[in-house]
Amino acid sequence: MKHVDEYRDPAMAKELAAQIRRASKTPVRFMELCGTHTMALARHGLHTMLPPTVAMVSGPGCPVCVTATEEIDRAVKLAQTPGVVVATFGDLVRVPGSHGSLAAQRAAGAAVEVVYSPLDAVALAERRSGEQVVFLGIGFETTAPTVAAALLTAEKQGLTNFSVLSAHKLLPPALAALLAGPDLGLGGFLCPGHVTTVIGTACYQPVAHERGLPCVVAGFEPTDVLASILMLVNQVEQGRSEVEIQYKRAVHAQGNPAAMALMNQVFEPVDAPWRGLGHIPASGLALREAYAHLDAARRFDVDVPPAKDHPGCRCGDVLRGLIPPPECKLFAGVCTPSSPLGPCMVSAEGTCAAWHRYRRDE
Amino acid sequence: MAMKGSIMLDHGAGGKASAELVGGLFAKHLGNEVLGQMDDAAVLSPPPGRLAVSTDSFVVDPIFFPGGNIGSLAVHGTVNDVAMRGATPLYLTVGFVLEEGLAISDLERVVASMAEAAKEAGVMVVAGDTKVVGRGQADKLFINTTGIGVIPDGLEIGASQAIPGDAVLVSGTVGDHGVTIMASREGLGLDAPIASDSASLNHLAAGLIAACPGLRTLRDPTRGGLATALNEIAATSGVSIELDEAAIPIDPAVAGVCELLGLDPLYLANEGKLICIVEAEQAPAALAAMRADAHGKGAAIIGHCGGERAGRVWINTSVGGRRILDMLSGEPLPRIC
Ligand code: SF4
Repeated sequence: MKHVDEYRDPAMAKELAAQIRRASKTPVRFMELCGTHTMALARHGLHTMLPPTVAMVSGPGCPVCVTATEEIDRAVKLAQTPGVVVATFGDLVRVPGSHGSLAAQRAAGAAVEVVYSPLDAVALAERRSGEQVVFLGIGFETTAPTVAAALLTAEKQGLTNFSVLSAHKLLPPALAALLAGPDLGLGGFLCPGHVTTVIGTACYQPVAHERGLPCVVAGFEPTDVLASILMLVNQVEQGRSEVEIQYKRAVHAQGNPAAMALMNQVFEPVDAPWRGLGHIPASGLALREAYAHLDAARRFDVDVPPAKDHPGCRCGDVLRGLIPPPECKLFAGVCTPSSPLGPCMVSAEGTCAAWHRYRRDE
Repeated sequence: MAMKGSIMLDHGAGGKASAELVGGLFAKHLGNEVLGQMDDAAVLSPPPGRLAVSTDSFVVDPIFFPGGNIGSLAVHGTVNDVAMRGATPLYLTVGFVLEEGLAISDLERVVASMAEAAKEAGVMVVAGDTKVVGRGQADKLFINTTGIGVIPDGLEIGASQAIPGDAVLVSGTVGDHGVTIMASREGLGLDAPIASDSASLNHLAAGLIAACPGLRTLRDPTRGGLATALNEIAATSGVSIELDEAAIPIDPAVAGVCELLGLDPLYLANEGKLICIVEAEQAPAALAAMRADAHGKGAAIIGHCGGERAGRVWINTSVGGRRILDMLSGEPLPRIC
C-alpha cells in the first residue's frame, strides 16, 4: 500500500495546508466538480485545514445525484414489467423516483439486481436466458466506455435478452450550463481526475481563457487535493487563469482517445434531463441506430408520466452549488442516509450524504 | 476415533443416532461432571456476587476462516460479552442447529475448537442442545451460546460510566475479523497475511480491573466496529469522544485489503479486541496492563472523552483535518458473526 500512503503523508499534507494559508490573500470560492472530491474533502477533514479565505463548493459531479427522477421512473416501470430483470449499480437502487425506488420494487417482488460492473450484467443475461436483462447505465465519460464495451460483448455473444437503458451524462455540457446559469461567484474549478483521464483537458480551455476561471485537474488522495487547491490559489493570487494538471500520474491533456472512440462508436449525444439543472442540449448519451436492437428504450415501452420530486428536496440547488446541504429544511431531521428523500443523500458521493456523515454540525 | 459421514435428520430425532452423536462427539470434546449428569437441567452453585448473563447466536459464513471457526467464535463472543461488564465468566450453554448433509468431520472440528476455547477461557459448558433441520433450512450450522458470569460486589463497569476527561484505549489492531470474513467470502486477498482476531478477552479484562480502580467502560467492538461502539458509548454516557486517527492501530495488510475492497476498518467487526475507558491519570496503568496480556500487545491510547455535544464522536484525521466519525448506517450487514 506504499502507493497510497505516499499520497496520505501527514507531513506533506500539513506542509501543503501551510503553503495554502501563506499564499491565500483574496477570499475565493472554488467548486469541486466531482463527488469523489466532495467525499475526499469531507472524509479527511481537508476543508478544516483551509484558511477562511478559501471555500470549497460542491458541483454536479455525482453520477447518481444528477440522474433525473424521470430516468428512475423509467427503470421502475421496466422493473414492473413481467419477465424483465433490471440490473444496475448499488447506490442507484435506493434513489427515490416519483413512486418509490428500485429497492422498493425489489422488496415488492420485482427482479432488481445489483451488479458491480456492466459485464456482470451481461453474465447475468447469460445465466437468466429465459428473462430480459436490462442494464440501467448511469455515469459520466468514465463509465460510458465500459458500458459500450459490455454492449459489444453481448452483441458478439449473440445475446438476445440483454439491453441497455442509457441515462449516461456528459460533463462538458453540464459545465457550460452551470456557467450560463446564475453567478455563483466562483474563482475556479477543481476538475475531476477520473473523467479527465478519458475526455482530456480541452473542455476546460474556454473556462480558463474566456471566463477567466482557473482549472486544476486533481487526483483523489489528500495530498493530491491539497496540492491542487494550492495550484488554484496560486493562479488566483498571481492573476493567471490556466488549465493545469496536478494528477499527472493518470491524466494526459489529450485524454484517452481509445475509450472515447469506443463510447462514440456505440453512443451519440442527445438532450438529457439532469436533476437540478433541467434539460441540457447534447448532454446525455443514447444508443446509435446501429445498436438500436440493444436499446431498452426502443425494445420496451418506457413512457412515463411527468416526474414528481419530493417538494421540499433541494438537491437541485445543492448540485448547482447554490446552497450547502444544511440549508435544506429536511437535512438530517427528515432526510438521512438510512431514509433518504433525494439522491444527494443516497449516493456515497452525494453532497448531502458527505455532510451528514462527516460535517453534520457545521 | 473421528466419526465419519454426514449429518442426517435422524441425528436430531432423539433416538440411537442422536445418542451416538452426543456420546461420540459432544461428550468426547465438551464432557464434564455437570454435562455428564445428562439430566433435564444443570444445577449450579455460583460463588457470591451478581450474575451477568449474555446470549448470542452465531451464523458466520464461511464457518471456517483464517484465525478461527464458528465454534471458537461462539465461545469467544459470549465470553467477551460477559467479561465486558466486569464479570468472571463461569458457565456456557451451547445450542446447535445443524443442516442435514453437514460433514460430521466438520462438526467435530467445530466442537473441538469450542472445547479448546472454553478451556482457555476457563468456562464450563453446562448445558447443550442439538437440532437437525432439512437441507436448505439452515446453512451448514448455527450455534447459540449463553454465558453466565459473576460480578464482584461494588464493581460498576458499563457503557454509561464514561465522563468528560476520561482516556479512550483500544487493545490492538481493529478490523481484522471483519476484513478476513469479507475477503474469505469474496475469494479475494486470501494470500494476504490477514486472520481473524477471535479470542477470549476475560483474562485481559481481569488484568485491567485489577490494575485500574478508575476503569469505567469495557466494550468489545463487534458488529459496526470501533466507530459504532464508540458512538454507542458516547450516547449512553452523555459524553463526546475525540479520537486521534494516527493513533488507532491498524494492521498494514488489513489496511491494504480494505483499500482494495473499499471498506473502512473503523466499521469492521472485531472479535478479540476491547475498548477501555478509564480515568485519564490511570491511562498509562491500563496500557501497561493490556500490553502484559497476549491479546493486548498492540494496545494504544486513541483519544479522550469531552463534555460538549454529548453523543458525538470526532476524529482528528492523520493528515491534519477534523470530522465526525458516524455510526454505521444504511448498508445491510453480511453474516460476519
Ligand atoms: S438533505 Fe435530502 S431533501 Fe434536502 S437536498 Fe439533500 S437529499 Fe434533498
